[in-house]
Amino acid sequence: MPDRSKVSVPIPTPETAHYWEGTREGELRLQRCRACDDFYFPPRPFCPVCLSDDIEVVAASGKAKLFSYVINHRPHPAFDGPYSIAIVELDEGPHLMANIVNVAQTPEALILDMPLEVVFEQLTDEISLPQFQPAGGEA
Amino acid sequence: MRPGSVAIVGASETNELGEIKDKSEIQLHAEAAINAMRETGLKPSDIDGIATAGTTPSIIAHYLGIKPGWADGTMVGGCSFLLHVRHAAAAIAEGMCSTVLITHGQSGRSNIAQGGFVGGGRASLQAQFESPYGIVGPTTMFTLPVLRFLKETGTTIEQLANVAVVQREWASRNPRAKLQELTSVEEVLSDRMIAYPFTRAMCCLVTDGGGALILTSAERAQDFPTRPVYLLGTGESVEMQMISQMYDKTRSTAFRISGKKAFDEAGISHDDADHLMIYDAFAHLPLYGLEDLGFCGRGEAGAFIEERHTAPGGSLPTNTNGGGLSYTHSGMYGMFALQESVRQMRGTAPAQVEGAKISVCHGVGGMFYAAGTIIMSNERP
Repeated sequence: MPDRSKVSVPIPTPETAHYWEGTREGELRLQRCRACDDFYFPPRPFCPVCLSDDIEVVAASGKAKLFSYVINHRPHPAFDGPYSIAIVELDEGPHLMANIVNVAQTPEALILDMPLEVVFEQLTDEISLPQFQPAGGEA
Repeated sequence: MRPGSVAIVGASETNELGEIKDKSEIQLHAEAAINAMRETGLKPSDIDGIATAGTTPSIIAHYLGIKPGWADGTMVGGCSFLLHVRHAAAAIAEGMCSTVLITHGQSGRSNIAQGGFVGGGRASLQAQFESPYGIVGPTTMFTLPVLRFLKETGTTIEQLANVAVVQREWASRNPRAKLQELTSVEEVLSDRMIAYPFTRAMCCLVTDGGGALILTSAERAQDFPTRPVYLLGTGESVEMQMISQMYDKTRSTAFRISGKKAFDEAGISHDDADHLMIYDAFAHLPLYGLEDLGFCGRGEAGAFIEERHTAPGGSLPTNTNGGGLSYTHSGMYGMFALQESVRQMRGTAPAQVEGAKISVCHGVGGMFYAAGTIIMSNERP
């Protein structure tokens, strides 16, 4: 069995606290620049395009597609056998890293552009990790 | 820098590459530096500029008894040395110093007093947004954009594997290369899986070794026993730390900025290049490099290599030492790409490209974090 206590647990900073508060409450929170009307990631208190600090925090839809991935075959204590490391493209635009969960960790099951939805894995009392699974639940 | 105004006069590697059990990392820097000083007849007191990465300029300067008036500790991963060449050229052209030593040494395999990358701790952005997902070094980060690249460009997995096959052909002509036996696409694809779609043969070696360069003005270059290699154009860029945040996963923004700067400064066209080095930490790097530097159109690099343009006898001999996949890869391989470009321009490479006059050397840093490009020639423009 994978030992999930071996996951490298994030330590939030003042600029990212809202993101980790969101995941703890089961929401994927993104920042959007009100001037540009664009989402961006990772979190920072200004728009990386126009430098405006007129930004808002919005709950994302949690919908995404599988953009690219590898299946790591080298051992990691927090994972059981080969596991996917993916880049997902959120419907809102930004790219996130995630493991694709609740699906076989094989090239046959992991098809680029397949629709995904966010799920949250509680690591500690403070930190829940966003993960993605095939849309509509377990495949 | 005016094209041709600065030259590489010293270029040496450590005596051995591969597994070096009797030297720590600092001694690998020193051995390469001493070899370069000996071939140029220079002493430490003649060196007035120092640049290095993976350690600090002060550590290397003091170890070698150098008291410089110029130092560069730029550390952007494996292409750091290409950026050092660029910075040194500007410094020499500006009169800030006259003779610059650039060193690399890495005990990447034996891990004897190895330095390495500086991390941001567990609160860095990468630690928050990537590390929890089980990234375990370059094999799971550098490789991550590739399935997207294959899909969007129509490149096949066989064409990706073929990069390693063709480079082994070059390595088979190089007695210093770690892997010299010819291989095949089938063999590469059936090797041990590291991170799908990458098998072991599509990943670089892990070795010990080092290299050093000495640069000076073109005027002074005539006074040395070595054949001068003139700098024509240089470029650099940095992009991001997190692979998930690469601007375009199928094109390297850093490659494109760096390459364009170097070609613009050199004032040459792609057809003028006789020889090419593209830092190949993994098999996809030459594909990105050929396209992002402008040698191939979008999606054409896989077929270009398949048609043997980069192979022995081809129109654009590429990675002629065997590359990071077959020659050596200490961790920050950029120094070895530069060394091979210089050898080709001096006419001393084991797999020499006959009549080559212009070499393009392109390096990558981290996992697509950074890029450096150096265009050099054995003729002064």
